[in-house]
Amino acid sequence: MLQTRLAPADSILPLTLTGAVAKVYGKTIAGPIDLQVTGHGTTIVLGPNGSGKTTLLRLMHGLQRVRKGSVTWALPDTQARLRQSYVFQSPIMMRRRVADSIAYPLILRGMPRKQARAKAIEWAQEFGLGAALDRPAPVLSGGEKQKLSLARALISGPDILFLDEPCANLDGRATREIETLLARAQAGGTRIVMSTHDMGQARRLASEVVFMLGGKVHETGPAQDFFNGPKTPQAVAFINGDIVE
Amino acid sequence: MKCWGFCRMNEITQGLYEAARLIFSLDSDLLEIVGLSLRVTLTAVVIASAIGLPLGAWLVINRFRFRRATIAVMNALMGLPPVVVGLLVYMLLSRSGPFGVLDLLFTPTAMIIAQVIIILPLIASISHQTIRDLWAEYHDLLISLGASRRQRIMALLWDGRRALLTAMLAGFGRGIGEVGAIMIVGGNIDHSTRVLTTAISLETGKGNFAFAMGLGFVLIGLAVAVNLLIHTLSRTERASVW
Amino acid sequence: MNWKSCLLALAASFTLALPVFAKDIKLAVTTSFHNSGLSDVLLPAIKEDLDLTVKLLVVGTGQALRLGQAGDVDAILVHSRQAEEAFLAAGYGTHRREIMYNDFVLIGPKDDPAGIQHAANATEALQKIAQSKQKFVSRGDDSGTHKKERALWKAADLADVSGQSWYRAAGAGMGATLNTASGMNAYVMADRASWLNFGNKGDLALLFAGDPVLFNQYAFIPVNPELHPHVKTALVEKLENWLTGAHAEQLISSYKINGELLFTFNAKP
Ligand SMILES: Nc1ncnc2c1ncn2[C@@H]1O[C@H](COP(=O)(O)OP(=O)(O)OP(=O)(O)O)[C@@H](O)[C@H]1O
Ligand SMILES: [Mg+2]
Repeated sequence: MLQTRLAPADSILPLTLTGAVAKVYGKTIAGPIDLQVTGHGTTIVLGPNGSGKTTLLRLMHGLQRVRKGSVTWALPDTQARLRQSYVFQSPIMMRRRVADSIAYPLILRGMPRKQARAKAIEWAQEFGLGAALDRPAPVLSGGEKQKLSLARALISGPDILFLDEPCANLDGRATREIETLLARAQAGGTRIVMSTHDMGQARRLASEVVFMLGGKVHETGPAQDFFNGPKTPQAVAFINGDIVE
Repeated sequence: MKCWGFCRMNEITQGLYEAARLIFSLDSDLLEIVGLSLRVTLTAVVIASAIGLPLGAWLVINRFRFRRATIAVMNALMGLPPVVVGLLVYMLLSRSGPFGVLDLLFTPTAMIIAQVIIILPLIASISHQTIRDLWAEYHDLLISLGASRRQRIMALLWDGRRALLTAMLAGFGRGIGEVGAIMIVGGNIDHSTRVLTTAISLETGKGNFAFAMGLGFVLIGLAVAVNLLIHTLSRTERASVW
Repeated sequence: MNWKSCLLALAASFTLALPVFAKDIKLAVTTSFHNSGLSDVLLPAIKEDLDLTVKLLVVGTGQALRLGQAGDVDAILVHSRQAEEAFLAAGYGTHRREIMYNDFVLIGPKDDPAGIQHAANATEALQKIAQSKQKFVSRGDDSGTHKKERALWKAADLADVSGQSWYRAAGAGMGATLNTASGMNAYVMADRASWLNFGNKGDLALLFAGDPVLFNQYAFIPVNPELHPHVKTALVEKLENWLTGAHAEQLISSYKINGELLFTFNAKP
């Protein structure tokens, strides 16, 4: 099996958010958020549309400026930067061949081109993209694109992987495939933080849940507790599939 | 003997004939002129690209105080009349100018310098626009993957290479057909700084329209040939996606 | 990646230096001199006799004088006496050596609506054009030819022609001006050489020539080495001696276009 976590000796975790606020043109879109991501497992970020799931993931990953409070890793930011990955809701495909796309993070980290490509081919095959190695990435199907995104995110062996609704546009089979790959990554020691709308998927994967509402963390805790005994009426409604304000 | 229309048509036909004659006789003067045209403009394109492409990308990924102003100036310079550039370079390279001691005036080097100045804003502007679109697409990914500034520029230039080739070819087009600047700084000296455009201008001045047209057709043929060659080498037409 | 390396290789091959001529000299000449085609006869002979490559910069008189003033050429060969004397007075040149002259001619529509063909002199010819208000195209570029033309209008008591609707200033070189005149079927003044070599005559014909006021003296002026130490004074001197010598005289005096002699050699030894 491919090694999804490269540096198991130390870790950039825990990740700590203290009163973190995201603003756009001076208007707060999320926060203040207090949250810690530690240890192993999979955190599922839940919440209705516009509740701030994407913003939370981007804040954690450093794609969204922290305007107040802080987002800190156990190691300095420069090290943390290269030991985390992100899978976007709509896949970003570079204008390269599949193998070169997957190899790109390795090349950025200084691996010689040939070696990086060889490793990328191995990964592509493992992720079911063996037949598409020399295809331009932008022509792949939606499911293939997400698999490429996942391979590209994991090949660098990150300590933590963020995913923003990675299965939103996929059918049942493709979703299953992604989930299998994620389970393997988690078993390999990669911490996973993922947002989803799919309650079934949340139940299957979650070891911990963060329930967002109105740009704030409304409720958080172990998955079992959240699904079996939600503490707030909003969480109850959300789990039941009712509309939540 | 009024023959407007007919006479002119005749001259165009004669021009085609002249072009064919020049090409098939492998006229040594023509080869020299064509060689110098290519040498000057291709060198200028390579130099302007080496500066303009990274500059365009750099302007996209960096925010700084005078960024907007820089871009506006760059865009405006695209319309710079070559004669003005020629005059400027002339005054700089003139024996009485600041760089007179280099003795570069009326040499191909002077022509290359002038053409770099003419082509650079064009290549930088087009590449800036191209790369801005690509950056909008790649922004989150490249930040997420932890690419350094240099790596970002390299990725944008490499992945945008086919569009950037268009920028380079636009620069080539502007350069190879340019006459105002190279006439002033090159001097159109026979066997030394004469290129296709200055030769055309000279022959037109002598009223040798057919011959001038002939050279014009050679110029068009040359431009088409270079474009075809580059497109073939880069397989632009075959890769449908980018 | 291969196209990129191809391009680089191509560029590299083009940037290699051209062979440098051991002995060469830069001479600014006027368009009209170059249009005469005489340089095609003289330059090979100079190369042969002196092993000297003369690089011709074909420009207008004004630009030729500026190039000499700036030291960008080693010598100039122009035909505008007043401007030449001003150039010398300012110290930009060492001296003025007359080489040869040709003449200006008046060109116009074959049917000559102004009737200048039988004018007694240049003054009368110009007056006829003005009286009949026939279109006249002027260089209008402050060149030697243009200066001469203005002087002639002035001599004909018609100094204010430039305001007239029939008087068109082209603001261009001799060839372009002839092209314009040919297109408009208008009168125009040109040097004989440019006219004879001009390939786009259309319905135009040579109508008037021969008045001594139309003579066009060419002079050679070396650029002052005191101002510009880099000028190749020794080579310039060699060239001057050659241009005023016997071989030049023989070539200039026998140079013909369509059977017509163009230049009269008048250099004093
Ligand atoms: N760039 C922006 N400009 C303005 N408002 C923004 C911007 N980005 C996010 N927002 C707002 O912030 C709020 C949270 O957005 P976010 O994308 O985090 O929601 P989400 O929970 O991911 O929703 P969804 O389930 O639809 O993906 C929304 O109201 C959104 O409109
Ligand atoms: Mg979202």
